[in-house]
Amino acid sequence: MHSERASWGLKLAAWGGLVFLHFPILIIFIYAFNTEQSAFSFPPQGFTLHWFSVAFSRVDVLDSIKLSLQIACLATLIAMVLGTLAAAALYRRDFFGKEGVSLMLILPIALPGIVTGLALLTAFKALGIEPGIFTIVIGHATFCVVIVYNNVIARFRRTSHSLIEASMDLGADGWQTFRYIILPNLSSALLAGGMLAFALSFDEIIVTTFTAGHERTLPLWLLNQLSRPRDVPVTNVVAMLVMLVTMLPILGAYYLTKGGESVAGSGGK
Amino acid sequence: MTALSTPVTAPPAGGPLQRLSNLLYRKPNLYLAMLLVPPLLWFGVIYFAPLLTFLWQGVYTYDEMAMAATPDLTWANLLALFEPANYDIILRTLGMAIVVSLASAALAFPIAYYMARYTSGKTKAFFYIAVMMPMWASYIVKAYAWTLLLAKGGVVQWFVEQLQLTPVLQFILGIPGVGGSTLSTSQLGRFFVFVYIWLPFMILPIQASLERLPPSLLQASADLGAKPAQTFMQVILPLSVPGIAAGSIFTFSLTLGDFIVPQLVGPPGLFIGNMVYTQQGSIGNMPMAAAFTLVPIVLIAIYLSIVKRLGAFDAL
Repeated sequence: MHSERASWGLKLAAWGGLVFLHFPILIIFIYAFNTEQSAFSFPPQGFTLHWFSVAFSRVDVLDSIKLSLQIACLATLIAMVLGTLAAAALYRRDFFGKEGVSLMLILPIALPGIVTGLALLTAFKALGIEPGIFTIVIGHATFCVVIVYNNVIARFRRTSHSLIEASMDLGADGWQTFRYIILPNLSSALLAGGMLAFALSFDEIIVTTFTAGHERTLPLWLLNQLSRPRDVPVTNVVAMLVMLVTMLPILGAYYLTKGGESVAGSGGK
Repeated sequence: MTALSTPVTAPPAGGPLQRLSNLLYRKPNLYLAMLLVPPLLWFGVIYFAPLLTFLWQGVYTYDEMAMAATPDLTWANLLALFEPANYDIILRTLGMAIVVSLASAALAFPIAYYMARYTSGKTKAFFYIAVMMPMWASYIVKAYAWTLLLAKGGVVQWFVEQLQLTPVLQFILGIPGVGGSTLSTSQLGRFFVFVYIWLPFMILPIQASLERLPPSLLQASADLGAKPAQTFMQVILPLSVPGIAAGSIFTFSLTLGDFIVPQLVGPPGLFIGNMVYTQQGSIGNMPMAAAFTLVPIVLIAIYLSIVKRLGAFDAL
C-alpha cells in the first residue's frame, strides 16, 4: 500500500497540521529575544539577550524556579517508587480487583484537574496539614504515578519471565535477581517514566492551584503574570525556559524507549 | 522448574535482606501484598477517601448566614444546577467540549492518516516526535502563546492584514455567539486555543488505529472493484472510529474540566471549572462546589459509556 503516493491535498493537510502545532511554540522562542517592552506587536522589533539577564536577577523568578525544580524532583522520586511497585504487582498476576487498581492509578489524571485538586484539598483539610511545598509534592506524585507505571509495566511485559527463572535456577536469590536481572532491564523505562513525570510535574498548574497555599511554583508565577501584564519581556523569557524544560524530557524518553511496543509518552497527559 | 530451583548445594541463607527476598519468592501472595500496599494506601488515603468525602458534601446544606456547610442532607444543591444561570454554564462548557472534539477529529485525521499510511522509518519517527513535543510542551505556556497570537496588533492580526483579509475577519467577529470585539475576547478565539492544545491527544490514537489496519483489507476492497474514495468511506473510515472515539475521550474531558483557558481567552461567562473554583474559593460554598464537580464526572461517565460501544477502549 505504501507504493501509492499521497495526494497533494493530504500532504498539505498533514504538513500544515505540523506547522500549526509548532507555530505558537516558535512564537514563544521569538518573543523571548524581542527588544520591545510590550511584546504584543508583530513582527518583532529587534534581537536582544537583555531580558535573560533581567529575568535571572529577579528574586521572585529564581525562587519559583527553585521551588518548581524541588517539587518536580521529589514528586518524581515518589512516583517512581509507587509506580514501579504497582507495575511489578500487576504485570503478571491475576487477582480480584486488578482492574480496579489500574483504574485507580489512572483516575487522578483522567478526571479533570479540578476534581483531583479538590479531593487533595479535602484530604489536607481533614488531616490538618497546612498547604505548602509538602502538599504540592503529594499532589504531583499522585498523578505522576500512572506515567511511571505505564512505562515500567510495558517493559515488564516485554521482559521474558524465563530470564528471572533462569537466574533463580542458577542459584541467585531473590535480591540478586532483582539487583542484577530485573533492575538493569527496567532501568531505561524507569528513567523515561521519571523524565516524563518530571516534565508533567514541572508544568502542572490546575491541581497545584488548590494545593499550593502561599507557595508560588513557576506555572503559578506565569499565570499571575498573565493577569497583570506588567513586565512582559521577563514573562516571555520564563515562558521559553518552561517550554524547554517540558519539551526536552520527551525527546530523552523517546530515545530511551524506542523500538519497544509502546513508546513513552503516548498515553494521556 | 520448581524441582530444579532447589539445587543440591543450596547456598546458606545470607543476610536478613536475602532471607526476606527468598521468603517473598516462595510466598507470592505475601510478595503481591507488599508490592500493592504502598500504592493502595497512598491512593486510598489522599485520593479516594477524600474524593468521596468531598463529593458527598454535594448533598449537605450550606448556611449562607454562618458561611458554613452543615451535614443536613438536601437535594437543593443538585437542583440548583438546573437553575438558568447554572444550567447556562453547563451547556456552554458541554457545547465547547463537543465542538472542540469534532474539530480536533477533523484536523487530526489527515495528519494521522498521512503518518500511518504514507510515512515509514525516519519520516514516521519525525512525525511522531513532532506531534509528541507540542503535546508535552508546557500547557500554561501554550495558552500564553495564544494570548500573544490573538492579541490586538498580534501575530494573527498581522497575517490577516498582510493577506488583505481584514473585512473577512471583521465579518466573522460580527457573528453573534461566535465573535466578539477582538479575537482574544471571542468564543472563536477560545475555541482555537482549546483545539490547539488538545489536538495531539487526538492525532496519536487515530494514527494507532490506522496503523493496525491490515493492508490486505484495502487490497481486498480494491480487488472487489471499489474506487479509492469508496475504500476510504466504507473501509478505512469505519475502522478508524475506535481511534477517533479514544482521542475524543481526551479532548472532551480535558475541555470539560479546564478553567485556565476560559480565564485567559474569550468573552466573560464562566465554565464549569471556573464555577467550581469560585464556589470553593472566594465564596466558600463547598456543597455547591461539590455539586458542580459532579457535573463533569457524570458527563464524562455518560460519554465513556457511549464511546465504549464505538470500541474506544480497545484503541487506547
